[in-house]
Amino acid sequence: MTKETPEIVVRGRRREAQALAKAFAFQRAMVRTAGLSPGIQAFRDQAWRLFESLPMPDPKDEAWRRTDISGLQAETFRLPQPDAYLDLAPLDESLLSPLAGEAHAGQVVLLPGGVRTSLNESLQAQGVVFTDLLSAERDHADLLEARLGKIVRPEEGKFAAMAAALAHTGVFLYVPRGVVIEQPLHSLLWGPGVGLAHISHLVIWVEDEASVTYVHEYASPTEEGGQTLHVGLVEVYVGEGANLRFVELQSWGEHVWNFTHERVRVARQGNVDWVFGAMGGHVTKNFAELDLVGEGSTGRMSGFYFTDGDQHLDYDSQQNHLAPHTTSDLLFKGALLDRSRVVWQGMIYVAPGAFKTDGYQANRNLVLSRQARADSIPGLEILADDVRCTHGATVGKIDPEQIFYLRARGIPEVEAKRLIVEGFFDPIMQRIPFEGVRARFQEAIQRKMLNFKA
Amino acid sequence: MTDALVIRNLRVRVEGKEILKGVNLTLPKGEVHAIMGPNGTGKSTLAYTLMGHPGYEVVEGEVWFKGQNILELEPDERAHLGIFLAFQYPVAIPGVTVANFLRTALNAQRRARDPEDKGIPIAEFRKLLKEKMALLNMDPSFGGRYLNDGFSGGEKKRAEILQMAVLQPEIAILDETDSGLDIDALRIVAQGVNALRGPNLGVLVITHYQRILNYIQPDVVHVMMDGRIVETGGPDLALHLEEKGYSWVREKLEGDSVLA
Ligand SMILES: Nc1ncnc2c1ncn2[C@@H]1O[C@H](COP(=O)(O)OP(=O)(O)OP(=O)(O)O)[C@@H](O)[C@H]1O
Ligand SMILES: [Mg+2]
Repeated sequence: MTKETPEIVVRGRRREAQALAKAFAFQRAMVRTAGLSPGIQAFRDQAWRLFESLPMPDPKDEAWRRTDISGLQAETFRLPQPDAYLDLAPLDESLLSPLAGEAHAGQVVLLPGGVRTSLNESLQAQGVVFTDLLSAERDHADLLEARLGKIVRPEEGKFAAMAAALAHTGVFLYVPRGVVIEQPLHSLLWGPGVGLAHISHLVIWVEDEASVTYVHEYASPTEEGGQTLHVGLVEVYVGEGANLRFVELQSWGEHVWNFTHERVRVARQGNVDWVFGAMGGHVTKNFAELDLVGEGSTGRMSGFYFTDGDQHLDYDSQQNHLAPHTTSDLLFKGALLDRSRVVWQGMIYVAPGAFKTDGYQANRNLVLSRQARADSIPGLEILADDVRCTHGATVGKIDPEQIFYLRARGIPEVEAKRLIVEGFFDPIMQRIPFEGVRARFQEAIQRKMLNFKA
Repeated sequence: MTDALVIRNLRVRVEGKEILKGVNLTLPKGEVHAIMGPNGTGKSTLAYTLMGHPGYEVVEGEVWFKGQNILELEPDERAHLGIFLAFQYPVAIPGVTVANFLRTALNAQRRARDPEDKGIPIAEFRKLLKEKMALLNMDPSFGGRYLNDGFSGGEKKRAEILQMAVLQPEIAILDETDSGLDIDALRIVAQGVNALRGPNLGVLVITHYQRILNYIQPDVVHVMMDGRIVETGGPDLALHLEEKGYSWVREKLEGDSVLA
């Protein structure tokens, strides 16, 4: 089929793509360099050049084939000005209550053009850094500079470059060697407004033998009158024998277009437990990668999502076994309502020499409406011997016999469906040891199921 | 006879084929009736139809209970009225625990009867569940298992009776609850049903075997063949069938029709 495609069409698409790229109203002057360390300046400068030169994603690329971004109103997006949040929808304070455990060890609240941070004093004394990106650039330039762009490189894509060049919000978490943080850390990126670009960069660095639980949320109300953009980079390093539990929750408003590149690199005997929850957004394209680079490292990726309306959610996951004796385990489960669409494309890659690895991936979808659609595409690429890799992908519907069985016990139809949906998610909820996170998702299920008829 | 389930001339089609061809049966509360009959005769069809399964099309007939033709009600409304079906093949609901499911069901029924009802308090429910599980010799951990998911045949049947015990229906239809049970389990389940017997409960026991009727003594035994109740009698009828098989009824019927 590609053979028969005339060359001219390809060029045509390229030109179109570039037209869209130009349409972003960002300019070089928006790259923040003033007052920054030379290393950080150089990083952002270079990222800007990449942003300018990289084409928009080609709809013919495998990774972008199923996610149409031609409707993105690129020219409408502006970066938030300082204190912009004062004129925007106020922060939903209920989002600040602890999601994990009784209390936070620290909290970072990112608002458009503003920030609030707090961190337990004893952790500060131990050298822990947990603060917003701008403060980190100023106060921890050495620590940060050496780590920007080390896990996710700006050249990985248009949006990666955009975030690297233009990030004006984000979090820097640094846990020094051997420091064990008992209480969880929490950050929230609140992104209200229409026509705004919230561009974030998270750098999470857990040194050898350190341990931490960190919950990061993206949230905004649904607003009328245009689109809002979020572009994010998430760079995570888990050192030797270190432990990270990382929960990301996304409840963007339904006008938000969301593009992220995320990668966790795990060193020898390190372990990451990575949880994704997605409930919001209009279009989301997320690249999430697990790089098991150290012998004996392990990683678990757990995802849950529930889409409705016109939502489109596209996850690209990659589990890279780059060293022997590594273990990865991915389970993504989601339900779809209305006309929503979900794409999951997963790959387990086992590098030459990465023997005795154990890789698992499964994606389960429950399609609740006739017009909803899920594409589930597992993949394996194994270049080593003596490995065990398994995968599974399912797209199913509620069995009417289940509904009848529950109704026969007096449970009304709508409630029966809700119970079945909750049951569907239960195995993934069991992987999330945080009552607050589970409760937040349960609420979202209930809310979305209220509108569920078909 | 104040309260009874009254089935009148019930004709039911499944996928275009007539399975029930005019069933008449009256089950008063306080009584236990058994229905026996060969495979494929329509016993489960009757059970499902009474519960309102959407796959069964009622062509003709009425089923009266508490002054309502229940054929006009949704399955959950029938349950609210006090009708219960112990399924021949219980359905698995993965991810939903027995306890969570039962509490949801119980609260749904309470709410249907009293819109003001706030639901059974958790502690009270736990106590109720524990008590009923003890009645059926069930391990308390059972409440935490996913409903019918990976249950053995016997566990499924026991779980059906557990549901009956918790929900306390007024009409219970037990569709081959005895099949798949070992002798001990059969005795326990039968004892469970007997413990629920009383003036406020009518039971319809669908079975192939006389054995369960030794434990749950029926007041009336019906024989169903080819979509009709063809014979009705006392407990002896079951013994008779056990001894002589259905050919005896068939012959008797043919004899009758020759006479008629
Ligand atoms: N959902 C269905 N789809 C197609 N045919 C059905 C369905 N339910 C019942 N039937 C048919 O109706 C007839 C009666 O079936 P039913 O299950 O009521 O018999 P039964 O008396 O309960 O038998 P058994 O003793 O084996 O349980 C059978 O021929 C069966 O194949
Ligand atoms: Mg049957």
